[in-house]
Amino acid sequence: MAEPQPVLEMTGIVKEFPGVRALSGVDFRLFPGEIHALMGENGAGKSTLIKVLTGVHTLDGGTITLDGKPVRIGSPLQAQQAGISTVYQEVNLCPNLSVAENIFIGREPTRAGRIQWKRMRSEAAKLVDRLGLDVDVTAPLSAYPLAVQQLVAIVRSVGTGDSDGEGSGTKVLVLDEPTSSLDRDEVLELFRLMRQLRDEGVAILFVSHFLDQIYEVCDRMTVLRNGALVGEHMVRDLDQVGLIELMIGKALDQLEELHDQQLHADVGEPLLKAEGLGRTGGVAPFDLEIKKGEVVGLAGLLGSGRTELARLLFGADQPDSGKLTVGGEAVSMSAPNDAIGAGIAFCSENRKTEGLVPDLTVRENIILALQAARGWTRPIPASQRDELVAKYIAALDIRPANPEARVGQLSGGNQQKVLLARWLITQPKLLILDEPTRGIDIGAKTEIQKLVVSLSEDGMSVLYIAAELEEVLRLSHTIGVLRDRKLVAQLTNGPEITTSKILETIASGEHQ
Amino acid sequence: MSATTRTPTTPESRTTSTSARLLGDRRLPVLVTAGLFLVMYIAGLSRYQNYGFGEPQVFLNLFIDNSYLLVAAVGATFVIMSGGIDLSVGSVIGFTTMLTAWLVQDVGLPLLVVVPISLSVGAFGGFLMGYVIHNFEIQPFIVTLAGLFLFRGLCLVISKESIAISDSAVSSLAETRISLGVGDLSIGAVVALVVLGVAFYVLHYTRFGRRVYAIGGNEQSALLMGLPLGGTKIAVYTMSGFCSALAGLLFMLYIQSGDPLHAVGMELDAIAAVVIGGTLLTGGSGYVLGTLFGVLVLGLIKSIIQFEGTLSSWWTKIATGVLLCAFILVQRAMTARKAT
Amino acid sequence: MTTPSRWRALTRHHLFWPVAVLVALLLVNVPFTPDFFAIHMTNGHLYGSLVSIVLFGSPLILVAVGMTLVIATGGIDLSVGAVVAITGALTCSYISHQADQNALSGVLLAMGLGLVAAVVCGLWNGFLVARMGIQPIIATLIIMVAGRGVAQLITDGQIITVNSDPYQLIGGGYWLTLPFSIFVVAAVVAVTVVLTRRTALGLLVEAVGGNAEASRLVGIRSRRIKIMVYVFCAVSAGIAGLMISSNTSAADGNNAGLWIELDAILAVVIGGTSLLGGRFSIGGTVIGALVIQTLTTTIYTIGVPTQTNLVFKAAVVIVVCLLQSPKFRAKVFGARAKSAAPAAPAAPAEAAPKMEVS
Repeated sequence: MAEPQPVLEMTGIVKEFPGVRALSGVDFRLFPGEIHALMGENGAGKSTLIKVLTGVHTLDGGTITLDGKPVRIGSPLQAQQAGISTVYQEVNLCPNLSVAENIFIGREPTRAGRIQWKRMRSEAAKLVDRLGLDVDVTAPLSAYPLAVQQLVAIVRSVGTGDSDGEGSGTKVLVLDEPTSSLDRDEVLELFRLMRQLRDEGVAILFVSHFLDQIYEVCDRMTVLRNGALVGEHMVRDLDQVGLIELMIGKALDQLEELHDQQLHADVGEPLLKAEGLGRTGGVAPFDLEIKKGEVVGLAGLLGSGRTELARLLFGADQPDSGKLTVGGEAVSMSAPNDAIGAGIAFCSENRKTEGLVPDLTVRENIILALQAARGWTRPIPASQRDELVAKYIAALDIRPANPEARVGQLSGGNQQKVLLARWLITQPKLLILDEPTRGIDIGAKTEIQKLVVSLSEDGMSVLYIAAELEEVLRLSHTIGVLRDRKLVAQLTNGPEITTSKILETIASGEHQ
Repeated sequence: MSATTRTPTTPESRTTSTSARLLGDRRLPVLVTAGLFLVMYIAGLSRYQNYGFGEPQVFLNLFIDNSYLLVAAVGATFVIMSGGIDLSVGSVIGFTTMLTAWLVQDVGLPLLVVVPISLSVGAFGGFLMGYVIHNFEIQPFIVTLAGLFLFRGLCLVISKESIAISDSAVSSLAETRISLGVGDLSIGAVVALVVLGVAFYVLHYTRFGRRVYAIGGNEQSALLMGLPLGGTKIAVYTMSGFCSALAGLLFMLYIQSGDPLHAVGMELDAIAAVVIGGTLLTGGSGYVLGTLFGVLVLGLIKSIIQFEGTLSSWWTKIATGVLLCAFILVQRAMTARKAT
Repeated sequence: MTTPSRWRALTRHHLFWPVAVLVALLLVNVPFTPDFFAIHMTNGHLYGSLVSIVLFGSPLILVAVGMTLVIATGGIDLSVGAVVAITGALTCSYISHQADQNALSGVLLAMGLGLVAAVVCGLWNGFLVARMGIQPIIATLIIMVAGRGVAQLITDGQIITVNSDPYQLIGGGYWLTLPFSIFVVAAVVAVTVVLTRRTALGLLVEAVGGNAEASRLVGIRSRRIKIMVYVFCAVSAGIAGLMISSNTSAADGNNAGLWIELDAILAVVIGGTSLLGGRFSIGGTVIGALVIQTLTTTIYTIGVPTQTNLVFKAAVVIVVCLLQSPKFRAKVFGARAKSAAPAAPAAPAEAAPKMEVS
């Protein structure tokens, strides 16, 4: 299929954010008439690369050529005019407008400034027809399920240049996780459309967390890790295990002694039991038991449902089915308060949006959970509060060791420690840590992992989620493996469990 | 021809579609308001039949007495549709009455010169507010609050006293009636209806109008779809300023004086009319035609209270508040249903 | 050596700019009225410009203090002006129907009634915002529109005058040589500070306003807190309503507390509390309210026609908001900050303020 001349070529792309180098010299090429997967874990640089390509971010280095000519893309509008269209995970259309309008807005057919509704509708209907969709273009977009909205977004992005002869049609179509909330039939419909467009010569860049989908529909893939290019492969030349290895990589095994320690530790009686707990669109019903002092690790790719599972246990999202008992007593799951009352604590992967209150000080952030549990009428006495805060700042080595510092000004690692301290002073029975080591420096990573081990020795149970399999393997007594929003296996950690064993389980989705 | 995959996957959405579509229909709130107006009008007819409520002129007077409110509310509709709010409406109206009265009466300029001046001052004020809102990302609420203070203050700078207008052009304009056979309309009412028609055309038949809907529906999406956000927002506030100034001119014609305290709080009436007319206060959904009915309902409340005789004027405010509350709760229920 | 860094620490204090503006405004008066700061005693009462600023500013301070908490949770309350009118109207109409308007018990009961009405308004706002999830600006618009009608309904459209000495005390009386309303304000401010800073309420309010989702996940019952602050705001507005009607010995359903919501929001913003919610400062709000009142007084004393008051106010709103806008600062001061950046290593004191209490 691939022609010798790539339609899009990005070379040496560099993008920096304050304190972070998100992309360091990434090369990427895209040929006409192919579906190309962009793969990578959290923080690999996928979304940054896409945003550079679509003009949301301006690049700090490197060049982009389109049809062999260098281009500068400064805004989403410029990207569209150059022939690069994007469909995002969240449908970025206006649900209050009709389907036809969503396809045409900004380039409606007009005569003397007057919108020709009839012509617009008939052209929209033609376009929708040509792409084989059954949609009433006069209905408001919100009347259709998300999947159809997604397809309409694609219709919009390929429908350029039909009315006024402006624009040259879409050459590159970027699909950023369009399938994450679709069911099987809807995905098939999307794939049909993607193949049709590919056969018409459009170059499609496809991002998805579902490996099966990549293997089903893609021709070629590019893998990124930590902001750098790992490799470009034809899909047929690389099997799933190989791909996951490329994405996750091999981390330094500097914490091997922790692993041995965990393997030989004893765990106590059952603490938490989930039976048939599940949520539509979140994670399929699962059974899970966590014992006192046990570390349960969750392994799975981004989007496999590991965060969703944790949120269900904490009551951050309400389950549709199943029940949860802690220490033998049923826990109502209507709000996080119930879970907190039962002794469950949750450190979200999104520190900034779901964890910290950036304007408040370190001290205030640390005592927030304990104070919320006590209610507003019973403030923690100042002396006790200062003592607690000082103790945890010292124990976790939070820097600067100033309880008056604003949390928003701390580094990522220290912010993570503040979150940990917040929950540790409530002395929970179960601590849920969702990617506690993401985006923080290596020193803080080590400290946090050591802390998990010592907490477990003291009898606290921990649910540990991490993208790096080594971390999960090192710390966990039991490893839950997730794939495509299902808990597919629970492995008891032991000498025979290795990263490649977990990789195989993720890749095959089967429990041996 | 291609109903292959779609239909079977969403059986629920198809079977419930008749009722759900009726409930979800964006025209529903407008129809409700129109129905409310009709019911109120019929109730008025049966109750005050002997007092001449049935005269066509009583109906036409609704347009005459509320022409300025209609124009102001049309401007507010654009702003609210785009997801913003404009608190400066009443002040701009008051300021326009003062400015025109002063220019005509004390400076002695002919009306033909004064009208464009007033309109451009109002539009420029709106433009400035829109510029600040868009470029400095300050909430519309605060910026237009400053506008409210500024224009009311400028009223008082012109004069603390009311200025009566004795210009012959103004009074002859004010007294001109256009006969419709069954009754007649004032110039103000005709202008208001023209503004309504133009606004309808702009909202439904120009790209600008559709952009207003898009931005109110989802600003982030509109940006990613490549629509010019800043220009549209600034234009919306400019239009609101222009409409407020025009409303001020109509108010001046209606009252034939300029007064620094004219139209205090009229922004609330305008906003209430827009909301009662079925426009979502969060933006993106509504019709100017709904705004017309909103204004008519408010006007009808006033005239019914007048006909009632024993009811005092403050019942207008209470009734407005109650209606506002009911419509807000209905809107909330509708959007909540959509979200789930 | 420490002087510059101390100065820097001072300018970084959150009350520095509000206080500076207040002092500057006060000083502007001196050339026009040399005895501006003089306070003299007549008939056992203290008189002077400073006293009158506090006296006339009292209702605004009360309303603004309540508004601060609402804004700190990320909300806004437009209905306070109407609440002022309702409270005053109810209380005065009750007193005016008394046989003996000077009977203390009757006056207290009347005031109680007025405040209960305020609580009801607050509960309604809180219910709409916290339970029904309606945007605060819209939810409180309802009482803003209907409330004045209700107030006029109570007063029957008239201005009700009362002739009650005990009632006159709150807004117009003197106690210990000072206007009694100053004591009321001091008491309300003190109660607010104690309520927010001696309990955990302040922290929880700031957490809810600073990050609503994080607050939910940490187990804060934000609904209760929101309802509480709307009720509190309405009660402070109610007390302000008592004060205004007492001061004039009359209840005017139409004009009492007109636009006070806008002044109060302005006072909160000048005081340094962000309209987006989060950190709040009661002290800042009090100063903000005093700034607004001083502005009014200053315009009066320096002989500028009083009608320009509103124009000045508009200018203050715009300047304060522009200064708070990150985008404006980036555009206007951005270039300067960049050019100053290379010089930064030479001033190590730069690093210290990062640890500053904010």
